[in-house]
Amino acid sequence: MLLAACTVEDLPMGESVRIDADVPIAVFNADGRLYAIDDTCSHQDASLSEGWLEDCFVECPLHEALFDLRTGMPSCLPAKKPVRTHPVVVDGGHIYVQLVEQEAVA
Amino acid sequence: MRTVTVVGASLAGMRSAEHLRAQGFDGRLVVVGDEPHLPYDRPPLSKQFLAGTADTASLALGDRSDFDDLDAQWRLGVRATGLDASAGTVTLSDGTEIATDGVIVATGGRARTVPGAEGLDGVHTVRTIEDTLSLRADLAENPGPVAVVGAGWIGTEVASTCRALGLEVTVVEAAQEPLVRALGPRMAGMCTSLHAEHGVTLRCGAGVQEFTSTPHGSGRRVTGLVLADGTRVPAGVVVLGVGMSPNADWLAGSGLEVDDGLVCDAGLVASAPNVVAVGDVARYRSATGQLVRHEHWTNASEQPGTAVRNLLAGATVAEYRPSRYVWSDQYGCRLQVAGLTEDADEVEVVEGSEESRSFVAAYRRGGTTTGVFAMNNPKLFTRTRRKLLRPAPA
Repeated sequence: MLLAACTVEDLPMGESVRIDADVPIAVFNADGRLYAIDDTCSHQDASLSEGWLEDCFVECPLHEALFDLRTGMPSCLPAKKPVRTHPVVVDGGHIYVQLVEQEAVA
Repeated sequence: MRTVTVVGASLAGMRSAEHLRAQGFDGRLVVVGDEPHLPYDRPPLSKQFLAGTADTASLALGDRSDFDDLDAQWRLGVRATGLDASAGTVTLSDGTEIATDGVIVATGGRARTVPGAEGLDGVHTVRTIEDTLSLRADLAENPGPVAVVGAGWIGTEVASTCRALGLEVTVVEAAQEPLVRALGPRMAGMCTSLHAEHGVTLRCGAGVQEFTSTPHGSGRRVTGLVLADGTRVPAGVVVLGVGMSPNADWLAGSGLEVDDGLVCDAGLVASAPNVVAVGDVARYRSATGQLVRHEHWTNASEQPGTAVRNLLAGATVAEYRPSRYVWSDQYGCRLQVAGLTEDADEVEVVEGSEESRSFVAAYRRGGTTTGVFAMNNPKLFTRTRRKLLRPAPA
């Protein structure tokens, strides 16, 4: 399934946006590269699109769990489980996310 | 060090076990816990778990493989009753002894109660899974008004959850102005106004004088409170959120200094170098030289890194610096605080507005920003905290 995120202009470097899908998705512009991951932290209920973005890592705004945007893997406690990553497609100035299947990517 | 015993199997104990392995300790690891459960997360006990939207399994602080990876011997459902640091023994309530080289004291605390509440049915505290299950069952059977004693974080979260369950709720607070010391009058007023906005009555300035009760089965069941000013608050269920006491009594006779917790140096090392303390029970010397204890999730999560390092080094090679980060979810609002908000001489809303219930406020003292408080604004809270509290390295 392809989900529309926003226009390219709406997501400048260092910014993030949340897609309110059945399972919310967070899309990040990390120094010009676009990444999409599940928005809900795998540790506790918090929106990763509201997290702190540094290089290709996002820090959960609730408990500072750090996730690698490339793999979805947590790189420090308290999160232990990865979040899913999703391919991002840019077409005609719009950013789309190709939703991967429900199973978590390990 | 061949054996390390972690006494306490909650967040601080779990993090200690994880840090021991992560920092290279490959000896025998024993974890003692007085509850029958493997380590679980307590913040949801006053929120999602009380509401019934989170189950017991979701509280676990790890899954099977996490616990397997620790390669620890779990002694659950038994209390530690004594410690002899020089002989290297921990005595348990079942009469057994653990021979150990190092000890991490992570025994946390127990919920305080109010005189007159002893043995009364319908009066609850919220500290463990069983506490919340018992409260949840009682609320379902007795949907009469709920009285919450104490307007601290746990009290307000319980009030918020009970209200969301459709119950009539009154919060009773002995202090004239709750949260004022912690957040200053403006932000404290903002937080306390949330109660009224959500239909919860807040009564400040009069503590509980007595409980009223009626015969019930072989005992008595609470019917309400009488406050110090004579006000009567009828209640089918009463929840006490009046703080906690550190579990350090078991260390009496250990030779270690115990005074409102286990007294430690700036690196969380007790008066014997092979004993360290973490979490609610650790009373350590802060950067300002005072002995302090913190009763927060973040602290229990952060202290073990430093404590384990010093335990394995056999000396205080690292000092603990708290981030002082606290959060609370209540009445649909996410509140976040970091740094020092007490004794500020200036509080300024730097992002958003109080009216919109989404803002970030900076606390300053002598022109220096010392703390940050935010409501419903996690993104800007983090940015502000980073910018204001962590100056860029020169």
